[in-house]
Amino acid sequence: MSRSRAATALVACLVVLALLTGLSLALGAEALTPAQLLHALAHPTGGAEAQRIVIGLRLPRTVVALVAGAALGLAGAVMQGVTRNPLADPGLLGVNAGASLAVVTAIGVFGVTSAGGDVWFAFAGAAIAAALVYAVGVLGPGGATPVKLALAGAALTATLTSIVTLVLLAHLDVFQQFRFWQVGSVSGRSLHDVLVVAPFAAAGAVLALVGGRMLDVLALGDDAARGLGLNVPLARALCAVAVVLLAGAATSLAGPIVFVGLVAAHAARTVAAHDHRWLIGLSGLIGAGLLVASDLIGRFIAPPGELEAGVVIALIGAPVMIALVRRRGAVMTA
Amino acid sequence: MTAQLEATDAPAAPAAVRAALALGRRRRTVALASLAAAVVLVAVLSLTLGTLPVSPLRLPAVLTGHGTPIEDLAVLTLRLPRWATGALVGLALGLAGALFQTTLRNPLASPDILGVSGGASLAAVTAMLVFHATGAGVPLAALGGGALVAAVVGLLSWRDGFTGQRFVLIGIAVAFLASGGLSYLMTRSDVRAAQQALAWTVGSVNDPSWGETGLLAAALVVLVPLALWLAVPLRVLALGPDAAHGLGLRPIPTTLLAAAVGVALASVATAVAGPVAFVAFVSAPIGRRIVGAGGLEPVASALTGIALVTAADFVAARLGGFQAPVGLVTGVVGAPYLLWLLTRKDGASA
Repeated sequence: MSRSRAATALVACLVVLALLTGLSLALGAEALTPAQLLHALAHPTGGAEAQRIVIGLRLPRTVVALVAGAALGLAGAVMQGVTRNPLADPGLLGVNAGASLAVVTAIGVFGVTSAGGDVWFAFAGAAIAAALVYAVGVLGPGGATPVKLALAGAALTATLTSIVTLVLLAHLDVFQQFRFWQVGSVSGRSLHDVLVVAPFAAAGAVLALVGGRMLDVLALGDDAARGLGLNVPLARALCAVAVVLLAGAATSLAGPIVFVGLVAAHAARTVAAHDHRWLIGLSGLIGAGLLVASDLIGRFIAPPGELEAGVVIALIGAPVMIALVRRRGAVMTA
Repeated sequence: MTAQLEATDAPAAPAAVRAALALGRRRRTVALASLAAAVVLVAVLSLTLGTLPVSPLRLPAVLTGHGTPIEDLAVLTLRLPRWATGALVGLALGLAGALFQTTLRNPLASPDILGVSGGASLAAVTAMLVFHATGAGVPLAALGGGALVAAVVGLLSWRDGFTGQRFVLIGIAVAFLASGGLSYLMTRSDVRAAQQALAWTVGSVNDPSWGETGLLAAALVVLVPLALWLAVPLRVLALGPDAAHGLGLRPIPTTLLAAAVGVALASVATAVAGPVAFVAFVSAPIGRRIVGAGGLEPVASALTGIALVTAADFVAARLGGFQAPVGLVTGVVGAPYLLWLLTRKDGASA
């Protein structure tokens, strides 16, 4: 029953995602007809205006939005599962801020400018931040409760942001580069950048889906999971590696984007609450759709300019989080 | 005031209790005196050290107007305004944090976490970058933004009463929303103007104007006595609503007034210096720990706030090649304290 519902949802997600991708390629300051779009895609090397817009501008940003959104959606679902915390999100818990500081350090201190170079820094930063937040959450009594993790994430974000700001105030040129990345934008990256990052995101996605099975067992509680023969620390570590790969890849592509994981995982939960593999997979698809849609909305919401996808998703995500918190019991149990 | 209560109780109490109370009072006096000494020490260091060093022994003469022109320039023109602004900001934030944490009964309640600083920053940066406001426009916008966000977070977290957890989580959501808006504004303006706005958002007392500092001082003349006066009913309130009722206190008006004074203190400080991170958050618990008391300690919190901000500014001003804003230092120091607090028993019950 619920499996067939989840399968229906999967098909629906794929259809909507395809539709959004088509719209993202076709719409913008210069709207294209479906015929023009297909022609441009079929003849990518043609020099006409339509080719230039679709292949040169819209295709890269759409692919970036798809990859980053899917990665954040997957990471959000895995984090919520592994921490048994409905408010987990790579942005809220400071993982993206860690990646962010590492990238600023890469640009500002080590003079890294290539996309391939700053990926490694983003991974390192994300890993350190994730480890720190989780350690803080686990160390105290009562384990990793939603409030503790959220606060640890907020505090870590504040510290890291202070250090980032210190670098930015001292180096005007770094600030000039960083501010466009900081806001969370999917434009301004090339397909080559995506190719550099994609293998890591793919590895993270595979790990996340493999880990889904373990998360089902882990959801029963640590003791029960151990009783069923699960190596609990190994399962946690596997999921953590997946989160770091996914969040690091997404952040190095599109900047520190908050709320995608939170919203996507909760949307997926409405159809597949108890099977983590479905939940994680759906969350990835929904995350991709969310970010493409945010980018699309941002193109029209503030003419003549554009609103970055990161800002649009914050406008959508913050109310969702507030609604979740207000719903009785959502915070205290879980 | 508690001292008076204790004094009237004392004759009836056994000798051991009396001795313990006396010990507590003595410890309190020593603690407050050492806090004050720390404030003075930081003041002397801040006023004398720098590119134009002035001997500490010359300080009384310079302050009373008998210095050489160079000493006057270094101490009276460059360092004193900065120190004084930092001290007033620290005083306001320390008291604000103590009031917030006592009224919300939550050691994590502070303007930084509840989105108030984020709202103030967003409003001020909007004023700077979009409306090109200068002078009084920026602090006024910050004041409005902070108060608005405080009200919104308060309203949103009200549902069959108040819980600290909901309040904190909604505050975090609003803070992330504000930071999204902030990043957006930063990309929409000239890079130099954006960098200036960025500096404002971390809180600095680098370039104080006597006008703004005077305004802050004037506000404090009203707010500080109010806060000190509120300390007594708030301590009674901490005994629980029933006990407070029995002692003839109406809990809700007292709580609302205290929260309003707290918001006002935090907002005026933010208006002048920008959101100096984590001072409001850490001052009260540190002050309490130094005094060794459990409840609200307005004087100790305020002194801790002053010492923290002026010391952080002393470090920030001498940190590197450029004048770092004080909020950077307090942010880097304060957040790890929050993380540490979360790993402890008493912090987790928040």
